[in-house]
Amino acid sequence: MKNSLLARFAQNTFWLARYVERADSLARLLEVTETHSRDEHGDQDWELILEVNGDVAQFKKRYKKVTAADVIRFYSIDRENSGSLVNSVAFARENARSLRHLISTEMWSQINVMHSTVGVLKNKDIQARRLAGLCATIKESCQAHTGITEATLYRDQAYYFYWIGKMVERADQASRILDVGFSRSKKLGYKDENAGENLSHWTGLLRSIGGYQAYRRTHPIRLRAQEVTGFILLNDAFPRSVMYCIKETREYMAELIDQHGVETAKDALITLKDIEKQLSEVDIHKLIDSDLHEFADTLQQQLTTFTQALAEGCFGKS
Amino acid sequence: MNSFKGLLAPYNQGDYFCELLGLSNGESVNPKALKSIIGRLDKLNLKALRKRASAAERELYNLGITFTVYTDSQAIDRILPFDVVPRVISAEDFDTIDRGVKQRVAAINAFLKDIYHDQKIIKDGIVPKHLVVGNENYCKKMEGVDIPGDTYVHICGIDIVRDIDGKFKVLEDNARTPSGVSYVVENRHLMLRTFPDLFKGVGVKRVSDYGLRLYQALADVAPKGATEDPTIVLLSPGVYNSAYFEHVFIAREMGVPLVEGGDLMTENNIVYMKTAGGQERVDVIYRRIGDDFLDPKAFRKDSMLGVPGLFEAYKRGNVTLANAIGTGVADDKAIYAYMPRIIKYYLDEEAILDNVDTFICGEEEGLKYTLDNIDKLVVKPVGEAGGYGVLVGPRATKAELDQRRQELKDDPSNYISQPVVGLSVCPTLVQNGIEPRHVDLRPFAVTGKSTWVLPGGLTRVALTKGSLIVNSSQGGGSKDTWVLEK
Repeated sequence: MKNSLLARFAQNTFWLARYVERADSLARLLEVTETHSRDEHGDQDWELILEVNGDVAQFKKRYKKVTAADVIRFYSIDRENSGSLVNSVAFARENARSLRHLISTEMWSQINVMHSTVGVLKNKDIQARRLAGLCATIKESCQAHTGITEATLYRDQAYYFYWIGKMVERADQASRILDVGFSRSKKLGYKDENAGENLSHWTGLLRSIGGYQAYRRTHPIRLRAQEVTGFILLNDAFPRSVMYCIKETREYMAELIDQHGVETAKDALITLKDIEKQLSEVDIHKLIDSDLHEFADTLQQQLTTFTQALAEGCFGKS
Repeated sequence: MNSFKGLLAPYNQGDYFCELLGLSNGESVNPKALKSIIGRLDKLNLKALRKRASAAERELYNLGITFTVYTDSQAIDRILPFDVVPRVISAEDFDTIDRGVKQRVAAINAFLKDIYHDQKIIKDGIVPKHLVVGNENYCKKMEGVDIPGDTYVHICGIDIVRDIDGKFKVLEDNARTPSGVSYVVENRHLMLRTFPDLFKGVGVKRVSDYGLRLYQALADVAPKGATEDPTIVLLSPGVYNSAYFEHVFIAREMGVPLVEGGDLMTENNIVYMKTAGGQERVDVIYRRIGDDFLDPKAFRKDSMLGVPGLFEAYKRGNVTLANAIGTGVADDKAIYAYMPRIIKYYLDEEAILDNVDTFICGEEEGLKYTLDNIDKLVVKPVGEAGGYGVLVGPRATKAELDQRRQELKDDPSNYISQPVVGLSVCPTLVQNGIEPRHVDLRPFAVTGKSTWVLPGGLTRVALTKGSLIVNSSQGGGSKDTWVLEK
């Protein structure tokens, strides 16, 4: 029985996974900024998120001042921000809509319900006191989506493109979250050896990518910039580390080519191997002393290059 | 009025045939299973029924069994209103429908084969030439084109109504791309989940194997030279089409890719789809795009939905299209009037399902009769679908009648007229409780080498009190249709 996947559906599954993953990351980022990132004056630094995501210009075009309320609005219910939560969920649903006959009814119905929940959010729903609850709901919805997908999506090419999309987005988001955390610690002048005052900063960062417990299991004592950075960037076993995601992507790409005969994915695989090589050669000490932001930026660009190569090879875009 | 004590006590079917209770004079003898369904319905409490009905609607919405209405700023998903009281058809009645539909499909296919080849039926003077070759749905390019199994209409929907005496009559044939089958199956699934108690101990024929039957039929008509496991695709105009859910449904039930024009291409008169790993040959296309839009090279040049070169590949027999191109001439309202004669001509049989008497206004007698009796007739434009432009004489105002008279004089051949059929009713949950509402039935016939009729079909219900127009665009909803086992 042939089981070829239409190029357009390869693209749809890839982006379905990416947008759900993006929504999940956004919810994490908002939650952790709201709850774990107050400085000694009790203020939060919302501008940093805009900076790291490269959204300062777009934000300032439409909002006068950088206030917590407006940044939260910008990233949650602002329909004019293509990267907002509501748009990520809407894009995920649009992709799922094109895939409805391929995915399980449960997958579709769940994302459809999530979309109607997020679609009706108003200003009152994103007020500070409600934000944590809302973020938790979104995370749970995204996790439910992932669980249903794991349990019901047939393991053919579609699943591979789905997983590749998910891992690529996760790697991208992990590098952004690390970048935010790092820039914040720099701004606040935290010194690496002085763990006491910045402890909550690093635990907050770890919590934002759901890695606090995992980190504690591997590093019961130390909690410093270099260990945290190493963990988020290079850990082989933590499912949200950049390295883990890249390796996973590489494995799925290789199987797509070898076992499913999708030869057209070969160019993309080459760009991915470059990323992996670069990561494996990283010197964490040097990295935290120099410019992590630049490193993260380059990584994000490389992932874009990978996505373009995949689109040219497999999404019928050539 | 009736002998019910519960939910159905206030129900009054009037002079109409009732799909659950039968003739208005109470002389119908209902099968035992139907009696027990009616008994159970009567025992339901209105409040509980409403609760279940709204849960069912919510579920349709969550499952995305919807059509999308686009406004400037956003897309709104609407469900087709669903009525929870089922319409029940006895095994005996459905046997008549089944045979009648098969006969009609056979005649339609024979007619299409003939008019695109020898045109014997015209030469023998059965059907006037101008109604065929002068018909805007007649496709000259199809003349002399041979197609697998001589099957032109693979998927056919035939609209059937029931008169006050309980007799089935065909109102309309749909031989292009009839829709609605997804609601038949989804309505059943919904009913099984929400009203398991109604089904208990009652044998109802299943509808869930539609996809399988369709797949088999389409595989039967794959081009010569295709493998035993041909590649079948469903061609849709895309997510913005209002019937997109149905396309999703059918592709899913058949397990075939749901493609859009841009996913297909032709090379050396072979059709390919663009897959993640390269091109793959396509053998059969179930297309849900109108003839005009199929191929910008052969038909409308501005079509963005089609596949350039598709017609040439089709003509050469390298790909099968379902339905064939040019089938619209057979379901035209003017040709409809000739259907009993067409059946007799090709099959040498009397029609099992009667037509509704039809007057062709393009003919002098028909026009005169229509003008003289317009207040007693239903006057329909020939080319419109969806219930648009239909004038129901007895319900029209004097101004409406005058306007239609003028339209008839200006463009007589655009109209046919029919006597008002006292469409049957079915108990339906409405604002004031359970009341009779008019229904029709669209059974679906699938034809590859032979014809199979889905047991039941789509029951559409006119939710507006007294309305005879069941189309969803005019305030219609749907019901689950139960065909009882023998």
